[in-house]
Amino acid sequence: MSTRSVTTPRRQLPPLGPTRRLKLPRQAERTLANGLTVIVVRRPAVPLVELRLWMPFGRVNLARGHLLTQTLLSGTETMSSVQIAAELQKIGGGLSAGLDPDRLMISGAGLATGLDRMLELLAEVLTGANYPAGWVGVERDRLVDGIQVARSQPGHLVRTALLRRIFGRHPYAVQTPDPEQVRAVRPAALRSLHAQRVHPAGAVLVLVGDLRPERALDAAEKALGGWHGDGHPADMPPAPPLEPGPLWLVDRPGSVQSSMRVALPAVPRTHPDHAALQLANLVFGGYFSSRWVENIREDKGYTYGPHSLIEHSVAGSVLVAAADVATEVTAPALLETTYELGRLATVPPGVDELEQARQYALGTLQLGISTQAGLASLVSAYAGNGLRLDFLAEHAARLAKVGVDDVTEVAARHLAPSRAVTVVLGDAERISASLATLAPVETAPVQ
Amino acid sequence: MPTRRARIPATRYPVERFTLDNGLRVVLTPDRSAPVIGVAVVYDVGIRSEPEGRTGFAHLFEHLMFQGSENLEKLAHFRYVQGAGGTFNGSTHLDYTDYFETLPSNALERALFLEADRMRGPRLTEENLRNQVDVVKEEIRVNVLNRPYGGFPWLTLPPVLFDTFPNAHDGYGSFDDLESATVADAADFFRRYYASGNAVLAVSGDIDTAEAVTLIERHFGDVPARPAPDRPDFAEPDLTAERRTAYADQLAPLPAVASAWRVPDPVGDFASYLPYVVLAEVLTDGDASRLVERLVHRDRAVTTVGGYLGIMGDPFDVRDPTALLLQAHLPPGGDVDKVLRTLDEELDRLAQDGLADGELARTQARMATHLLRDTDAVLGRALRMAVLEQQRGEPGLLGELPSLIGEVTDEQVRAAAATLRPERRASVEVIPGGGSR
Repeated sequence: MSTRSVTTPRRQLPPLGPTRRLKLPRQAERTLANGLTVIVVRRPAVPLVELRLWMPFGRVNLARGHLLTQTLLSGTETMSSVQIAAELQKIGGGLSAGLDPDRLMISGAGLATGLDRMLELLAEVLTGANYPAGWVGVERDRLVDGIQVARSQPGHLVRTALLRRIFGRHPYAVQTPDPEQVRAVRPAALRSLHAQRVHPAGAVLVLVGDLRPERALDAAEKALGGWHGDGHPADMPPAPPLEPGPLWLVDRPGSVQSSMRVALPAVPRTHPDHAALQLANLVFGGYFSSRWVENIREDKGYTYGPHSLIEHSVAGSVLVAAADVATEVTAPALLETTYELGRLATVPPGVDELEQARQYALGTLQLGISTQAGLASLVSAYAGNGLRLDFLAEHAARLAKVGVDDVTEVAARHLAPSRAVTVVLGDAERISASLATLAPVETAPVQ
Repeated sequence: MPTRRARIPATRYPVERFTLDNGLRVVLTPDRSAPVIGVAVVYDVGIRSEPEGRTGFAHLFEHLMFQGSENLEKLAHFRYVQGAGGTFNGSTHLDYTDYFETLPSNALERALFLEADRMRGPRLTEENLRNQVDVVKEEIRVNVLNRPYGGFPWLTLPPVLFDTFPNAHDGYGSFDDLESATVADAADFFRRYYASGNAVLAVSGDIDTAEAVTLIERHFGDVPARPAPDRPDFAEPDLTAERRTAYADQLAPLPAVASAWRVPDPVGDFASYLPYVVLAEVLTDGDASRLVERLVHRDRAVTTVGGYLGIMGDPFDVRDPTALLLQAHLPPGGDVDKVLRTLDEELDRLAQDGLADGELARTQARMATHLLRDTDAVLGRALRMAVLEQQRGEPGLLGELPSLIGEVTDEQVRAAAATLRPERRASVEVIPGGGSR
């Protein structure tokens, strides 16, 4: 096959066509008297509607918070859990609840013709969830089992250690409840947490899909206008700065891979460095065509899916580079990681290299808003930073302006290996000696 | 009083089909609502076609298709797609292998160039082969060997349900087989299966049809014509006695079980197959479904239960033979026998008493939402239509699925449930931590 390319004249890669301008969909917004902000975006591609509702939920008791998300849809005065599920199904709908350290999030999707009913059912649980003892008992056991399964997964274990290492005494440091604490939660505690915190003030509801914005705002107001409750003071302290120190080694005897996580300081979406840092992260390891992936996967075959990502939370942002590598190449993989971070922090990237990352960042903005689900999640996440969809256009303009020097400058501030916090989960007996040749190593407990 | 039936909405995507002189089939489905396109090339070869002694080869070969081609160096494919603002991937299934991109629509011609170039021939070198064997081994470690329930049940149930190598073997492959793979094997595999006559190209989204036709002819028109190989018959007789195995998973903390029953031919007998797709959802979709209500909430016998068609959960992308699967994770000390007995009981109840008022309609409405949501992404449309063209010559079926599912009757679902007898069942149990039961 390779002989053909010698005799055949090379074919030229066709140029790209003219860039299509970023076009934002039609949207409308209303803040209701109870403090709930409703944002509606019209994208009628398929006859569905996507729903995202989040409310501030920082600093709740972890066990109660997690169990509340598992039981929020388990019944009200007038409806059983099965009835709620069946009524949602009738309109092709479904709702589920989740928790992060800042917020309680309810998400779902259904047929556009069922929007009013979906909102009614949402209001029913927001104002009337009564946490029946039987269902709470079942969900409590399931949550405990789920935590036990999570604790057998390397990804969860290394994440747990990394959060503890990054956040120390900050509330973000622990994000999974202890099974014993879950077992102690009674329905009364859930009812009381619901009464204290499941409130509209400061909450944001996003509806995206085949709907008319003004009409959808009216429907949301009609269904949710009767939901009451004051805001809860936001008292999440800022995240502590990363404190570089010895590499944390978490032992997992017999592990056939090492799960390596490197945390670096990042900035929120609204920070002037955000666009340049996003591009620096892409050049380093944030997409497949990055230096890190081309090095440790495509050149050396150490790993399958290395990736680095900037995570935004209310109290701070952090960049996490993650790779699961073969046990025998753990130290070499860390060496290459440090090398690539150091190179970007000290030597300007190529102009073409930056341009490629920029085109990826701009193109994936377009792709991200081309589905109802993607649009809904983005609008909801932006609202979490006090931003609206217009920010997308501003961000695109900032990405367009970032130069090579800007990337080097932010990389020196944020991606320098001297700022890194590293955690490795793996078979300590097989990897600790070679890791110790690269960095001071401290052994950390599994949980 | 019968419940009012939810109206199942339809989304009719326009579809253009044609075939180039070299046998490449093409499907176009324009939609100009967002400036993005999906491009998919599907080859009619998958895990079932790999030779004995070469388990995992179809998937390894998929990796090699990204390692450069006639006019493209290693890494070029990734850089050109992402440098155009796009994303890419590929995946290997039982009956097909797909390669795909989502891109801003100004990159249409570039994507066609990239796919045509590797259809003419990938650069198969010893160095790239060794590198990708290493990468695939890490993929298997991260997805199977280093985690609990790895490969459960998609790798561990087929050898119980099936007897012949094509249907029963481990599609990720053994490390021995992967390490024995040679460049000559890869060249043979390409020559045999990656023929223009064995492929479908689908393009969806923001395209002008006439312009797309011109560009496709420009880039794919001179791909050398090679016919599709004869596709072997993978049929196997149905089970006549229950089969049951168990294995210890050293990393798993809790027991789990999966069962499968053979179902009608998804392509040759679609009308008989479709009720099984609905049945799986009646049994397991959400808190109002039969098995969740009974096993999770009433009996507390399982912590999760799920059901689906196709070993890889791809109901409309798989050929015969295939199966309906149910899988459950159990609480500590959970009793697998009891779970299987309860399944039988619930299937009997459904087979004898039929569905409750409104039970079918609400399940069908939910299925419509899932289908519409999947096809909202341009790439979802291109991929699904390419496979529907390849396996059925009917890409437009994608838009009809919600209404066809809506036409399945109570009686058909009841009859489907009646066939899921214990003597036709294959089950595999995960024993946690290797301890005694």
